[in-house]
Amino acid sequence: MSQDLLGLSAAQAAERIRGGDLASHELFDAYRERAAGEELGAFLWVADQAPEATPDGPLAGVPLAVKDLFCVEGVPSAAASRILEGYRPPYTATAVERLRDAGAAVLGKTNMDEFAMGSSNENSGFGPVLNPWDRTRVPGGSSGGSAAAVAAGLAPWAIGTDTGGSIRQPAALCGIVGMKPTYGAVSRYGMIAFASSLDQAGPLTRDVTDCALLLRHMVGRDPCDSTSTGVPEEVALPSSERLEGLRFGIPPELTGEGIEPGVREVFDATVWRIEELGGTVEEVALPHAGHGISAYYVIAPAEASANLARYDGVRFGQRVGDGDLLSLYEQTREEGFGTEVKRRIMLGTYALSSGYYEAYYGRAQRVRTKIADDFRAAFERVDLIVTPTSPTVAFGLGERTDDPLAMYLSDALTVPMPLAGLPAISIPAGMSEELPVGFQIAGPAFSENQILDAAYAIERAVGFDGGPPRA
Amino acid sequence: MPEALAERAYEPVIGLEIHVQLKTRTKMFCGCKLSFGEEPNTRTCPVCLGHPGTLPVTNAEAVHFALMIGLALECEIAPRSIFHRKNYFYPDLPKGYQVSQYDVPLASRGRLGDVRIHRVHLEEDAAKLVHAGASGRIHSAESSVVDFNRGGTPLVEIVTEPDVRSASQAKEWLELLRSTLRRLEVSDVRMEEGSLRCDANVSIRPAGEATLGTKTELKNMNSFRFLERGVNAEIARQEETLRAGGAISQETLHYDPASGALSPLRSKEEAHDYRYLPEPDLVPLAPTEEMLERARAALPELPAQRAERLERDLGLPPDNAQRLAFRTDLGDFFEATLQAAGDGADARTISNWLTGDLVSLVGDSDPAASKLEPSALARLVGMVAQGAVAPSAAKEVLAILVADGGDPARVVEAKGLGRAGADELTRVVERAMADQADAVEKIRAGNRKAEGAIVGAVMRETKGRADGAEVIRLLRERIGE
Repeated sequence: MSQDLLGLSAAQAAERIRGGDLASHELFDAYRERAAGEELGAFLWVADQAPEATPDGPLAGVPLAVKDLFCVEGVPSAAASRILEGYRPPYTATAVERLRDAGAAVLGKTNMDEFAMGSSNENSGFGPVLNPWDRTRVPGGSSGGSAAAVAAGLAPWAIGTDTGGSIRQPAALCGIVGMKPTYGAVSRYGMIAFASSLDQAGPLTRDVTDCALLLRHMVGRDPCDSTSTGVPEEVALPSSERLEGLRFGIPPELTGEGIEPGVREVFDATVWRIEELGGTVEEVALPHAGHGISAYYVIAPAEASANLARYDGVRFGQRVGDGDLLSLYEQTREEGFGTEVKRRIMLGTYALSSGYYEAYYGRAQRVRTKIADDFRAAFERVDLIVTPTSPTVAFGLGERTDDPLAMYLSDALTVPMPLAGLPAISIPAGMSEELPVGFQIAGPAFSENQILDAAYAIERAVGFDGGPPRA
Repeated sequence: MPEALAERAYEPVIGLEIHVQLKTRTKMFCGCKLSFGEEPNTRTCPVCLGHPGTLPVTNAEAVHFALMIGLALECEIAPRSIFHRKNYFYPDLPKGYQVSQYDVPLASRGRLGDVRIHRVHLEEDAAKLVHAGASGRIHSAESSVVDFNRGGTPLVEIVTEPDVRSASQAKEWLELLRSTLRRLEVSDVRMEEGSLRCDANVSIRPAGEATLGTKTELKNMNSFRFLERGVNAEIARQEETLRAGGAISQETLHYDPASGALSPLRSKEEAHDYRYLPEPDLVPLAPTEEMLERARAALPELPAQRAERLERDLGLPPDNAQRLAFRTDLGDFFEATLQAAGDGADARTISNWLTGDLVSLVGDSDPAASKLEPSALARLVGMVAQGAVAPSAAKEVLAILVADGGDPARVVEAKGLGRAGADELTRVVERAMADQADAVEKIRAGNRKAEGAIVGAVMRETKGRADGAEVIRLLRERIGE
């Protein structure tokens, strides 16, 4: 019985509940039990019980896993950082509030790289997450807990955040669908900030239909977030099975060097499928995309160095010190932050320092503008741009922890889109070394529906089956 | 050489930095109401406490007020200005940065009176720290507590060009600015409560030289008097240093109103690299034509304009014009009185009554809130002009009108304050002469000063209703001059 329930996609489950064929608390309890007993390290907190009544709304009480950096009133929300251990926010993030209003039930908070800084989930203050396909490997990051939970059937779906690839890359490494919407589509209010000009919330789901359904209920302008815009048209559930008339661009800058042969093979096969479905494919240049990682690792740490200044031990979270102000600051932050977070605070502080601002932050911003210009020019010629999501399949735990640069390069193919504020999805497209491979589709600002439609058609053609062996 | 230094005349060069708390309904970036002495930490929310995940939203009323200030100071309004994060760690700063404006302020290049305005920008106020311990400074305090009620209050910072040349000019100009802001009704502008704060950048240079000397920044001068004293003390200190052959070092000085002493702030508190960062959580501030029009329409006649008008159109002495213009309530009462007095009214005399006797009766409170009607004052001034009541008696009448209201003619009649008639006056003068024979003797001997004794006695007897000149005429007539 339980296995049957777990086999339902979130959209199917919602339909069964709304049709009266399934009790929402039954579904919730089935997942609750799995989430509470899981051994992947995917959850940091799991709800005690299902909501008392079936929530109204289209999502009908289907449980939702929520990345730990979304504030949920009264629920531990620490962005997987020791410095926020025990912190229970006095308010709820707008994205979560909207999903609850649509009927979602919060199942638990998922593990992540501390403050979303990482590509392997090994930077969590509360231990790593294991990839359900191979427990000696990482699930990707920073939304590793959300991706692993969905892949392993510990949650029907999840939300995460993407700054430089933090939804798409773990989705790719775990064989699920993950989407970063256009910057501004979803409110950032209540998302514990990493890099404010890049952070964007999005869905991690088993299939493209679930992705569209979840996204539909996340988007919207929020008076609490000045930078939120909502979307010009409602997110539609995708239905197209063909790609006629759609022009796909392949940027050589993001599909050449550094890509594993196995990943390359899956990518080429998927491109071939696109042509089979009636889409046209051509090369399109993104001349500055290759500088994305360099620009990203100046801009994101610079913003983070300011965003993380509030963790000073004065008002909330952990406090360490012996009464003197300086020791309060120093010891709280020394003990509360992990190594990668400290590294990025240092990088960002340096980049903003008097005398260095122009050389680093100023120049990175100019590169960012150039990358956005590249995309704009490219989208004059093609409708969508496709690349592999990650240059490699899931790598081994501990493999890149001593080499930050190698770790940073995990995001090389996903970083340019957020720098330009653009939406992009990753869908599972095949296997390499018995591990899933992601396929990335990016589009112009607010082209979510077009991306979802194309992703849906490709998903059906590829026929990527199921997930990892369930524990 | 030292002698040349000692004789050299120095010219002070002063620029002011003013912080104005806006009296908007809510805080700069969140929905909390502004605080007026509530219990500590009761006017707070996740946003102004800097909780994780919270975001600022710009207060439209604060922008409107700031635009009004920018326009009133004849500034150019930036079509698009941006907010920055000013980063530093301090317990009164919940986010670890202050949201302020940096390279592109809301308004710039303006003027108020004889001082040019460098820039006007919007920012948020810090919270309030209270340090236990003798020094009142954080580093030696036994403990410190934070009240976040004030944190996030909208502030407008106004920076002048270094156009001020003396401490008294600084004080007078700040009074003009306060009066202007008060007229705009955008702030309470109370220095002692911190809703108006002024720092001064002070340097001196040999008179006639064009290059600026090294400046120091003076903080904590929380009254007009302290501003003047602090700046004067710093000018004196710099002069003394230079005359002794020393050099001024650029530093921030804390003014202690109790001792009048200036002490350097610890370098730790001062040496900041603020690492300004464009605030990614806010969109640029781009005032629409509609917003500008609304701000323009909200501008009343400003004190400087009013003073000019009173002086030009009514011929008031500059001092009176300024005092009336800088206090809106006085100016309004003046104009109402003038109107009630009708054609041919003596504006100058009315202005003297307002700025002299009336102000000494009502102090800082609005004369319109007293029982005195502008028309009553107009009639009283008219009665004095016609000689129906002596000026000294009129003062008494004014006090009664302020306290109880009513018609001046009735008060004069009821209290018997009208001019003493010829018969009465002759009688009183003769009696005074009889009572003070020795004074009369002295007068006869040519001592004019002795006349004062007789006049004084007559005034006492008539309770000031006598016309002094008439008394002397009667006295001399009787002595036989």
